[in-house]
Amino acid sequence: MGLLQQLPALQVAVPLIGAPLCALVGRPRLAWMFAVAVAWITFAISIALLEHVLDAGPIHYTMGGWPEILGIAYVIDPLNALVLVLVSGMAAIIMPATRIGIDVEVVHRARHLFHTVALLALAGMLGIAITGDIFNLYVFLEISSLASYALVAMGIDRRATRAAFHYLVQGTIGATFILVGIGLAYMMTGTLNMADMAARLPGVSHTAPIQAALAFILIGTAIKAAIFPAHSWMPNAYTYAPSLVSAFFGATATKIGAYMLLRFVYSVFGADYAFDEMKIGWVLIPLGLAGAVAGSVVAVWQHDLRRMLAYSSVAQVGYIAAAIGFANRDGLIAAIVHVFNHGLMKGALFLVMACVIHRLGKADMESFRGLGRRMPLTMGCFVVAGLSMIGVPATVGFVSKWYLVSSALDAGLWPLALVIVATSLIAIIYIWRVVDVAYFTKPPPGARDEAPAMLLMPAVVLCALCIVLGVSTDLTVGVANTAARLLGGAP
Amino acid sequence: MNVIDFVMGHALQWGSVALLMIGLYIVMTRGNLIKKVAGLNVFQGAVFLFYISIAHVRDGTAPIVHEDAVLYANPLPHVLILTAIVVAVATTSLALALIVRIRESYGSIEEDEMAKVDMG
Repeated sequence: MGLLQQLPALQVAVPLIGAPLCALVGRPRLAWMFAVAVAWITFAISIALLEHVLDAGPIHYTMGGWPEILGIAYVIDPLNALVLVLVSGMAAIIMPATRIGIDVEVVHRARHLFHTVALLALAGMLGIAITGDIFNLYVFLEISSLASYALVAMGIDRRATRAAFHYLVQGTIGATFILVGIGLAYMMTGTLNMADMAARLPGVSHTAPIQAALAFILIGTAIKAAIFPAHSWMPNAYTYAPSLVSAFFGATATKIGAYMLLRFVYSVFGADYAFDEMKIGWVLIPLGLAGAVAGSVVAVWQHDLRRMLAYSSVAQVGYIAAAIGFANRDGLIAAIVHVFNHGLMKGALFLVMACVIHRLGKADMESFRGLGRRMPLTMGCFVVAGLSMIGVPATVGFVSKWYLVSSALDAGLWPLALVIVATSLIAIIYIWRVVDVAYFTKPPPGARDEAPAMLLMPAVVLCALCIVLGVSTDLTVGVANTAARLLGGAP
Repeated sequence: MNVIDFVMGHALQWGSVALLMIGLYIVMTRGNLIKKVAGLNVFQGAVFLFYISIAHVRDGTAPIVHEDAVLYANPLPHVLILTAIVVAVATTSLALALIVRIRESYGSIEEDEMAKVDMG
């Protein structure tokens, strides 16, 4: 048994063990190098796993040699392999920027532990994605959540601690709802393994506890994924957290919530039960589209651009929820693709905010005046990622929107397709406001003053990916196709 | 099954549902952060009790091997909830640590007073 067979365990173990080691390193510079190394090793592992899954089918890995239904099993299929690549890839891209990023935006006394907590959050998210055990998922959920609360609280603004506290309260309520759901499902099936539970559920699916379990898990994941109207923790948390943290969470945290929803619906409860009997589409579609409209409209009125991006995330998560709710093949592909694509563009946009804050100290409309001349590359990244957010062809945003609209049409709900297009038009407004201020107002005096390369590089890389993966869709749509077929939800 | 059986037969579960609602109510209505954390603890405690209640086996004894015992309670939920209790302890300590920092920077732990400080 070579090292290669142990990759699923290493995927989580490397960052999980790396975190305390990182705290022991002590010297900030060394801790940073160590964290970067861990993030890149994790990323390499996730790519190896994705390749393996695409070549040879799902991987089943059992911990400690216990039989799969007794012990904790890691099950990797194309869906979570893609999520693993997204999460670890974002960490690998953003982590190098943290060396200078945390100097400006993290409170002084928390700096030496920043990388430790970041690695813990990474380990938790990877654990959620990789596990095939429903209780193990809860434990990893709490690991990543606790680390997230701490990271948000590290923001230099005092409102960061308040935002973190609200995030903690709402996040704990969400996780506890999921815990109740897991308990109810366990009570009726006597198993915690997802596949085993899925096999046993049809026999008891008419009972009240199972119906309640689905409801509890739906609400819990909705809070974690910030699906409207359970999104209220997000705007403050993303506005006052250090921008690099916002970049990482904006790209991954809500996506993990969406992944949990997909996993529970398709791999545990079964699409037939969830959509045909329990009609969760009637919850997800209205809430998703209401979130898309409300998030986009509110984003237009924001003065602080990080808050604008957070509300735009509410809208984007709404698309994902609605896509899942449409319950057809295109909807499933749209949800999976958008989880990945929105990660790229929102990561890029928040990194732009990190660049601007590094130079100007804040990221409100005022500080963007004339920025097109002052920080041309940074603003270039904003424009590219912004176009992608709108859904302009040849960007990743277009790919997601395409599948989203076609899934709405497939479901026979053409008015909803119009709503989706209309919200994209609102996205034009909130992106254009910034472009207008940056390029078409008189710049304040001052020479060209680009953000440091270490902060700018990750944003440039993500923007490049926004275009490359928007033109060549083999990776995202190809994987999503395979994942959708394996989940078997949609005919 | 008549109503009384339905209520009495699930007394433990009704108890945890009641606690769940009380905890949630405290979290939502109190403006004092410490009280919010206390409410959160009640909320989580209700779930712990719920897990313990589903482990119960009629006439079953504690799940420790003993020659006189025939029936045991299901030990798995006990173990699961032990993990969840650890998580709850961690959550509470993090929440309290945050409250300390909020108190340092705002000089208050009341929601309305903090809002006033933020307003200006």
